[in-house]
Amino acid sequence: MNSAKAARSAAPPILETDRLTVAFGGHAAVREVSLAVTDRSFLSIIGPNGAGKTTLFNLLSGQLKPTSGRITYKGMDITGLPSYERTRRGIGRSFQLTHVFPRLSVLENIRLAVQSRAGVRYDFFSSLRRHRKFEAEAESLLELMRLTGKRNSPAIQLAHGEKRKLEIAMLLALDSDLLLLDEPTAGISLEEVPAILEVIRDVKRQGSRTIVLIEHKMEMVLDLSDEIAVLYQGELLAHGTPAAIMGNETVQSAYLGGWYDDAAEA
Amino acid sequence: MSRTPLQPRSEPAAPPKRARSVMGRLSALQGRSSRTHNVVVLLLFVLLAALPAVSDSRSLFILLTQVFILAVFAMSYDLLLGFTGIVSFGHAMFFGLGAYSTGLFLSRFEATLPMLLLSVIAGMALAAALSYLVGVLSLRLKSHFYAMLTLAFAGLLLVAAEKWRSLTKGSDGFTFAIPEPLKDRATLYLVCLCTLAAVYVALRRFTRSPLGSVLQAIRENEQRTESLGYRIVPYKIAASVVAGAAASISGSLYVLTLRFVNTTVFSMDMTLNALLMTIIGGVGTLYGAVIGAAVIEWAHQLLTDLAGVHPIFERWIIFFGLLYIVVVLVFPSGIAGTCASWLSSMRRRRQPEDPEEERP
Ligand SMILES: Nc1ncnc2c1ncn2[C@@H]1O[C@H](COP(=O)(O)OP(=O)(O)OP(=O)(O)O)[C@@H](O)[C@H]1O
Ligand SMILES: [Mg+2]
Repeated sequence: MNSAKAARSAAPPILETDRLTVAFGGHAAVREVSLAVTDRSFLSIIGPNGAGKTTLFNLLSGQLKPTSGRITYKGMDITGLPSYERTRRGIGRSFQLTHVFPRLSVLENIRLAVQSRAGVRYDFFSSLRRHRKFEAEAESLLELMRLTGKRNSPAIQLAHGEKRKLEIAMLLALDSDLLLLDEPTAGISLEEVPAILEVIRDVKRQGSRTIVLIEHKMEMVLDLSDEIAVLYQGELLAHGTPAAIMGNETVQSAYLGGWYDDAAEA
Repeated sequence: MSRTPLQPRSEPAAPPKRARSVMGRLSALQGRSSRTHNVVVLLLFVLLAALPAVSDSRSLFILLTQVFILAVFAMSYDLLLGFTGIVSFGHAMFFGLGAYSTGLFLSRFEATLPMLLLSVIAGMALAAALSYLVGVLSLRLKSHFYAMLTLAFAGLLLVAAEKWRSLTKGSDGFTFAIPEPLKDRATLYLVCLCTLAAVYVALRRFTRSPLGSVLQAIRENEQRTESLGYRIVPYKIAASVVAGAAASISGSLYVLTLRFVNTTVFSMDMTLNALLMTIIGGVGTLYGAVIGAAVIEWAHQLLTDLAGVHPIFERWIIFFGLLYIVVVLVFPSGIAGTCASWLSSMRRRRQPEDPEEERP
């Protein structure tokens, strides 16, 4: 395993991957990634476009099945578990490409997440009115994300930034132990970024959850992270403290240089 | 929660947006006007229930009775198509099971009310069992498998009903006696009206239960529903079973009014009828299916009357095709959906401040 990490954390990691690989056709989008996530820490995953970050999340949350390798969560092998099982065990995620229920109201989007977390799944007789507390909880999340004005609008009518906020509200509603955030501030206007950042900071401040964040904005990554992992062409290039990563020569030459080249091309 | 709740903080609300799509107006309206809905439905029920006291038009009773029965069938289809987003090409099989169950019970045993009730329950149980089977076999696969498998099973039942002549008398069908009290047209009318009301209330309750709310999430985004922690397949199966059982009730009532059953109850036309009524009325609302049933049945009646004028009107499928095209053009979200959006835009014109944007 990663020696830098193993030395620092005495507690067992909440999540651990062992030579995790997934190939599409012949191309391995994630290759032999062995990564341990310290419980209640903040880990950022960085890497150029197409490095395999989202694909790694898809493997962790169960949207994709790995070609080989294993995933251990809270000491249990979850490699074969479907995504709904993982969510129930406390792995929640937000999606890079907004992924909400377009024609349901904003409130209903969140309420469904609250209902799932409460474990009310197959109750087909009682009216939703009996479950007003779900709605109340969804309302407070709406308020937190400053979406109250959009309460009854169908999600499809939200502006992009609002959809991203809704995405995060749904994730918070799940009350997960491990939060996987895939570029939560991507494509939203500058004035909306601080609001989302503040929510993420709040969750971090509480200290009871583990957060894994995929992000391109380096200042945000450096500000929030306890640890940083670098993915490059599907492989885990480095994993360590922000200082160690910034001083890492491999990262500097092989990745950060390449990243800026990519950015210049795009 | 053991964790400290995240503290909300205040911020000026964003300026309200005026532009809103049809779907938006519809769902907003549904959210706010549940009381209006209840009043309208209750009023309609009372008016229809009072009809036998003021009118004895035989043709009107027959038409409305037919509307009530097909409305139950259309609602059951709406549960699949409109709420869960499942397409079935064989919904007639559940209708047919109810139809034959009632036909056989009443022809083989004494035609009494308890026997009728028993036949309805038997039909529902059979339909539920069959839809469970079809669901288990196909609903974990891609969605078109359900469409194909229902088509196959409906075809199978149609052939079985044609071949098993000792039981069904094939496509000739058979007549049977119905319980004495129901021989009165007005009574039968009331029974069908009450059944419609009961099924409507039950299905509405079902779709607004925690389980039912997940059905709509599945329709909207299956993968996201699963990632919220819901297992998809049991929900789809539940929708399929409830829809099958409800369709069976309508089949039972249908043959009860005809006092006759033959293999047409299993035909593709029956399924197309449900599809047409649901889409024309407006999917995902239940009452849209009722409106659709009324429109289609009324149009059917009109065409039958006009057939005396010119034989072209016997080709009712042409006219339904035309009706369908017109409705899709004029009422893009079905009659229910489009009217709801007109209503809500009218409301908004009357009260300039947008209530929807404000917190209640
Ligand atoms: N389902 C899939 N089928 C085939 N190829 C895929 C699939 N998903 C991802 N890939 C490929 O895997 C590679 C990694 O994609 P991924 O989305 O994980 O990158 P990323 O690091 O998240 O990039 P970005 O920063 O742009 O979000 C890409 O080359 C992509 O085309
Ligand atoms: Mg990505």
